[in-house]
Amino acid sequence: MEKQYVIGVLVANIAGVLSRVSGMFTRRGFNIDCLTVGETESQGFSRITVAFRGDEDIKERIVTQLEKLHDVKEVEVLDQNETVIRELLLLKVENKTETRQDIMTAVEIFRSKIVDYSATALICELTGESSKIDAFIELMKNYGIMEMCRTGIVAIERGENCLRTLHEK
Amino acid sequence: MRKTGMIFVSSESEPGGKGRFISQANCGETAENRNSSEVKTMEISGAQIAAEILREQGTDTVFGYPGGQVTDLFDALYGQDDIRLILTAHEQGAAHAADGYARASGRVGVVLATSGPGATNLITGIAAAYLDSVPVVAITGNVPCSQIGKDSFQEVDIVGVSMPVTKHNFIVKDVGELADTLREAFRIAKSGRPGPVLVDIPQDVQKAVCTYEPEECVSAEPLRLASNHRLRWAADMIQHAKRPYIYFGGGIISADASEELTAFAAKIDAPMGCSLMGLSAVPSSHPRFLGMQGMHGHYASTLAEDEADLLLAFGVRFSDRATGEQSRFSEHFSVIHIDIDGAELNKNVTAKLTVRGDIKDALRRLTALVPQQMHPEWTARIAELRAEEARRTSRSHNFMAGGGYLTHYEIIDAVSAAAEPDAVIVTDVGQHQMWTAQRYPLKQPRTFLTSGGLGAMGYGMGAAIGAFAATGKRCVLFTGDGSFGMNLNELATAVSFGANLVVIIMNNGVLGMVRQWQKLFFDGRYAGTTLNRKTDFVKVAEAFGAEGMRAQNPDELQNAVCAAFSKRGVFVIDCRMNPDEPVLPMRPPGGSVDDMITELEP
Repeated sequence: MEKQYVIGVLVANIAGVLSRVSGMFTRRGFNIDCLTVGETESQGFSRITVAFRGDEDIKERIVTQLEKLHDVKEVEVLDQNETVIRELLLLKVENKTETRQDIMTAVEIFRSKIVDYSATALICELTGESSKIDAFIELMKNYGIMEMCRTGIVAIERGENCLRTLHEK
Repeated sequence: MRKTGMIFVSSESEPGGKGRFISQANCGETAENRNSSEVKTMEISGAQIAAEILREQGTDTVFGYPGGQVTDLFDALYGQDDIRLILTAHEQGAAHAADGYARASGRVGVVLATSGPGATNLITGIAAAYLDSVPVVAITGNVPCSQIGKDSFQEVDIVGVSMPVTKHNFIVKDVGELADTLREAFRIAKSGRPGPVLVDIPQDVQKAVCTYEPEECVSAEPLRLASNHRLRWAADMIQHAKRPYIYFGGGIISADASEELTAFAAKIDAPMGCSLMGLSAVPSSHPRFLGMQGMHGHYASTLAEDEADLLLAFGVRFSDRATGEQSRFSEHFSVIHIDIDGAELNKNVTAKLTVRGDIKDALRRLTALVPQQMHPEWTARIAELRAEEARRTSRSHNFMAGGGYLTHYEIIDAVSAAAEPDAVIVTDVGQHQMWTAQRYPLKQPRTFLTSGGLGAMGYGMGAAIGAFAATGKRCVLFTGDGSFGMNLNELATAVSFGANLVVIIMNNGVLGMVRQWQKLFFDGRYAGTTLNRKTDFVKVAEAFGAEGMRAQNPDELQNAVCAAFSKRGVFVIDCRMNPDEPVLPMRPPGGSVDDMITELEP
């Protein structure tokens, strides 16, 4: 059965590691929805979050292939009920008198923020789960989206479990 | 230049002396050679550090080709008695030679090439080693760090290029990290499922001076062992099976598990077949061994596999050439798959039970867990299949014989009768490869070298040179006129290096394997496969300083074989064959056992 999986990957913080991980996905023909990478609390490690749709079999193959990469230190399929998942959106929308109030209302209800204001354009910043971001974008389409970008998700397990402690075990 | 006062020496004796069956963790260098209290640090250049690391890791042979950005590395190897440098004709030949060295000996093969074209020429050789899980360390020079990224002369991002075909790779930009990176490269190459590792060393790093402190040869990482629970489960499945069939691959050779395998087969009373990569793990004459299965596998082996109710897959990866249509492959039987590489489990074929772990240990424990099994009906059925195979083989042989050409049966039988029992058999890629795989009577592990996964024509000459360098034993290369044409320049290497090598060219004037497909699936439209060359291979051999003879009939063949095997040196025999002699049986690509072709008019 196809569903979305989110995987946390702890990798060595060295040049080329993103290329190795993303190259593996391309080479093996795995499609991914998004991939984000950033530093961690430790200088030695970066953390990659990968989301993809697929069945159990695809998930197993992705995990085992990731584990084979020399720079990959830990891989965990995150249980989405036990995981905080967030994404950031920056969206530039037309600033017109007739729609300005509606936009402001939406921004307030979605707990978004206006981070730039000019005579012709507004930039909204929004953080949340992907579904919330999708809904906000859908709404903003009515007001003339000029451009937007989203970060892709980052995810971290609730409670005291950490990828790094798994690695150190 | 080598510093005086070094306290360690390579204990590697003459090639092939010991070490044929050296385990992965073994470097052929003994601990007694090192006395830690005497370890001295020294200030030497990056290139000298690289040479010291090779010595530290027990490397006795480096295959390579010089160039602008590796001159320092070559200089560091100059005049070193304990590291032999074998200069090939082309970097591809050097890469295949390092591969052949590793396959024939079990040790890590080392190849050295310059930046840019030198490095890209290695790629086919590295890919061949990658797909067949061969431990190789490839060292390349690169332009100085300050010139990287500027499309400098002979600059190529070889780390980027080689990423998909290496187990791992490195570029070293700080001389302080060079020694440990090279050690890590050796460790990765020989740990777990072996594979090639590339280390790119920019020229300024080769020149930079740094402190070097000798260390022990690195050991392979401890192998993961199969879980008890899963082995008990496997034992239970085996006891319920009526028609077990063992399908083993190159993992048995890498793990040095031949004895464990045959003991296990006897305990569970099962026949054994193998993939192309598994050949030589057990002697071809072993009573339980049915030969290679798969697309061009032995009739009895492929049919027995299909009739089995339990397939025991050991150290294999279920390549499409072995399985045919993968979704239909395991319709009739359950699969137990044991492999050291977890990513291979359930990758191509879904197994009922997967076990991740060292196959040598797993087989030993599994043999102990299973009570003696007896399958008289199954054994009788196997005997029937063998008898049928013998009938079919002799029919095909008679069909081809006496047609004014030599047949592959005559050629292989004449060569195997003359060759030493421990000769290393090497092939190129094509029909001759399958014929040799099917018919040559192999006697001991690591005596059959072939490019299985990549299927690289041109593999053979380099690999044979590497195998000779590793073993000192005579090597026999079976090649085709197509494959030989790709890298025959390495005859120069073989002659100047003094290799003991017999090259058998199965010369049918065509690219026979593709021609066979064209005959079957393209209505005989032989596009691009008719060579029609005027090349005289006997003169080619002589021009390179080797000897050569041509053979068109069994008498001429006998004379040529006698001449070749009665002396040392490089000897080429050009054997004339019918362009339409097919490789049979053949299971068409994507087909199953029901689609197997066992007879074909020439």
